[in-house]
Amino acid sequence: MPVLTRWFIKTALAYFVAALVVGVVQAARGGAGINPVYVHLLVVGWITQMIFGVAYWMFPKYSKEVPRGSDRLAIASYVCLNAGLLLRVVAEPALARHPGTGFGPVLALAAVLQWLGGMAFVANTWARVRER
Amino acid sequence: MPRTSRWFIRASLVYLAVGFTLGALLLFNKGVPLGSAVPRLLPAHIEFLLAGWVIQLVMGVATWIFPRFGVARSAYGSEAATWVAFALLNGGVWLAGVGPLAPGHLGDVLPIAGRLAETGAAGAFAANIWARVRASGLSPM
Ligand code: HEM
Repeated sequence: MPVLTRWFIKTALAYFVAALVVGVVQAARGGAGINPVYVHLLVVGWITQMIFGVAYWMFPKYSKEVPRGSDRLAIASYVCLNAGLLLRVVAEPALARHPGTGFGPVLALAAVLQWLGGMAFVANTWARVRER
Repeated sequence: MPRTSRWFIRASLVYLAVGFTLGALLLFNKGVPLGSAVPRLLPAHIEFLLAGWVIQLVMGVATWIFPRFGVARSAYGSEAATWVAFALLNGGVWLAGVGPLAPGHLGDVLPIAGRLAETGAAGAFAANIWARVRASGLSPM
């Protein structure tokens, strides 16, 4: 299992546990902006990240020389996805509590980073969806 | 990887790209307003990512990887049934995701049609892959 896959999967597992802890907090006392954080910790942090890690490892080889495509794109997808998600987790509830503050632009940055992470994965994975 | 799986998985990557783009617009708009119409993208965001990305990827990978020894007709099961599942799922994702944007009554009816199509996709897929959920011949259990 490649090193980056281990990072993806271990990070995904950490989000899995974190998401369920946030789910407990949400059920116990709610709070503005917490529901989307709970949902996305699960669907982005856990499920999508797990898929990214396993696909990077298991999909057909890109070529003999670079079996997993571009390392740079793969690392970029890991870094951007996680930086963006972490910023969202902080900024979304914070902005709900303090509207009109500097958390707004932070949330916008979280959006751009996660988008870049997703695009980097698609760009690096597309050509590996092949017969063998 | 068979041709059907390549279509499922490539389509799922397209939905990932489009769904993340919609999600990024929604999130950006929450932090820095872009326009009052942006929140209307939410149903498409949810449908594209849950059904178009996650579910479709699982269907494509299962079609590729599940044991296929001794299954009648073709090694991957019925190719026709797999294409039916592919067509119904993708038609359903669009109807359920983009349908709510249609004006008037249509905006209520199209998502129902979409969900029905997705149900058909699930049925065709499950019926076809059922026989492949078995010992692989490589592992003892
Ligand atoms: C596999 C990936 C994803 C899935 C399955 C998904 C699913 C969902 C679901 C189910 C909701 C509704 C949540 C609710 O009603 O509280 C939602 C809302 C939303 N999603 Fe995603 N999402 C994904 C990725 C993303 C990403 C990458 C972004 C941003 C870059 C994003 C931004 C949003 C926003 C802004 C909302 C609206 C939250 C609100 O204001 O209530 N999503 N998404």
